[in-house]
Amino acid sequence: MKFGLFGFLFGMWILIIIGGGIMVGLLGPFSLQPFGDFHWIITSGIKAVIAIILVIIWILILSKLKNWIFKKDILS
Amino acid sequence: MIELLISGIISCICAFFAVFFVTPPLINFLEKNNFTVKDVNKKENVMVARPGGISIILGILISEFILYAFLQLNEILAIIITTFGAFLIGYIDDRKIMGGWFKPVTLAIASLPIIFLGAYDSNLTFPLFGDVQIPLLYIGLIIIMIPITGNTINSIDVLNGVASGFMVIASLTLSICLFILQNYEIAIVSLPLVFVSLAFYKFHKIPSKIFPGDSGALTFGAMYGVIAIVGGVEIIAAVALLPAIINSFLFLSSVKQVVEHRQIKGKPVEHTSDFKLKSTNDKTAPITLVRLILAGGPLSEKQIVFVIFKLTIFSGILAIITAFMMGVSI
Repeated sequence: MKFGLFGFLFGMWILIIIGGGIMVGLLGPFSLQPFGDFHWIITSGIKAVIAIILVIIWILILSKLKNWIFKKDILS
Repeated sequence: MIELLISGIISCICAFFAVFFVTPPLINFLEKNNFTVKDVNKKENVMVARPGGISIILGILISEFILYAFLQLNEILAIIITTFGAFLIGYIDDRKIMGGWFKPVTLAIASLPIIFLGAYDSNLTFPLFGDVQIPLLYIGLIIIMIPITGNTINSIDVLNGVASGFMVIASLTLSICLFILQNYEIAIVSLPLVFVSLAFYKFHKIPSKIFPGDSGALTFGAMYGVIAIVGGVEIIAAVALLPAIINSFLFLSSVKQVVEHRQIKGKPVEHTSDFKLKSTNDKTAPITLVRLILAGGPLSEKQIVFVIFKLTIFSGILAIITAFMMGVSI
């Protein structure tokens, strides 16, 4: 059990690192120029939507990871 | 640099001794005025003084005002105002039972001084991959980060000494990471949190003489969150906080709604005949970090606290590795 918790911590850390890579790779270079002065507001809005989707995916993966590591303990 | 060092040393000494000397008379005052709660994990009917947030905020305010006198940084003002706001929110919750919405909403409002004082950088830095610029999104991040850190520390405050001991390890990790990243000013500004937590731990450890209460836990969490924002170490701070985040995540994913702990009917743990703690068989009870630790069998309160500290040290090591990875780019 205790090893499971350490494993879960390590899994979360790996997910944070990978998530960071996706954020930088996907959101960093994202830009919309044709909307004149308001392009940064629209760009930020789209970035926010992508970020929220990424967070939801992150939580779903984490939930699967939790069920996989603690399946026996949660059911007991 | 010498001025920074002197102000750091003076503020840390003041932070530690303010809490160290103020807490015993505060315990006497709270006990005389019946501001006590039952320690549910003790066999005897032990009443413990609460809230200890008063001495915690005093130590933080004294040390941060000293630092402000030396350094005149907007970041310090943001720490002082937001942390004091979190203390007031917690104190109200200590004295009066508020709804589940109260703390998240008011803590979000308490985070506004960080934005108004411009004490942040809207670049979010990730290990290995570098920065991402998110000017508008970052403001949203500030507003949700303080409620998250505040409530996360509050939710782990379930056993004697956990909240303060956890904070000693996590905040020391954060300070070390700030030094690694050569952000010396914010590293010095963050140190009083380590010393305040350490001084309070002396009275909070098993057997507790005082509980921090919501006022203390939210003060710890909010200050930690502000340091993460003004120091630009949000990801590192999240890694150092992982055991507490796991606790909140497990709780929320099992109850599937934002709700106060006191509103949950099923208890995640129960006592054995020799007053050890064991995981409950109640299917309606939420899954928590303590419940998972106890899945292997009953443990004493002290043993559980040490398992939580081991997990915190492990996540602290991961946070320090993350800080070193900030300087590496792939």
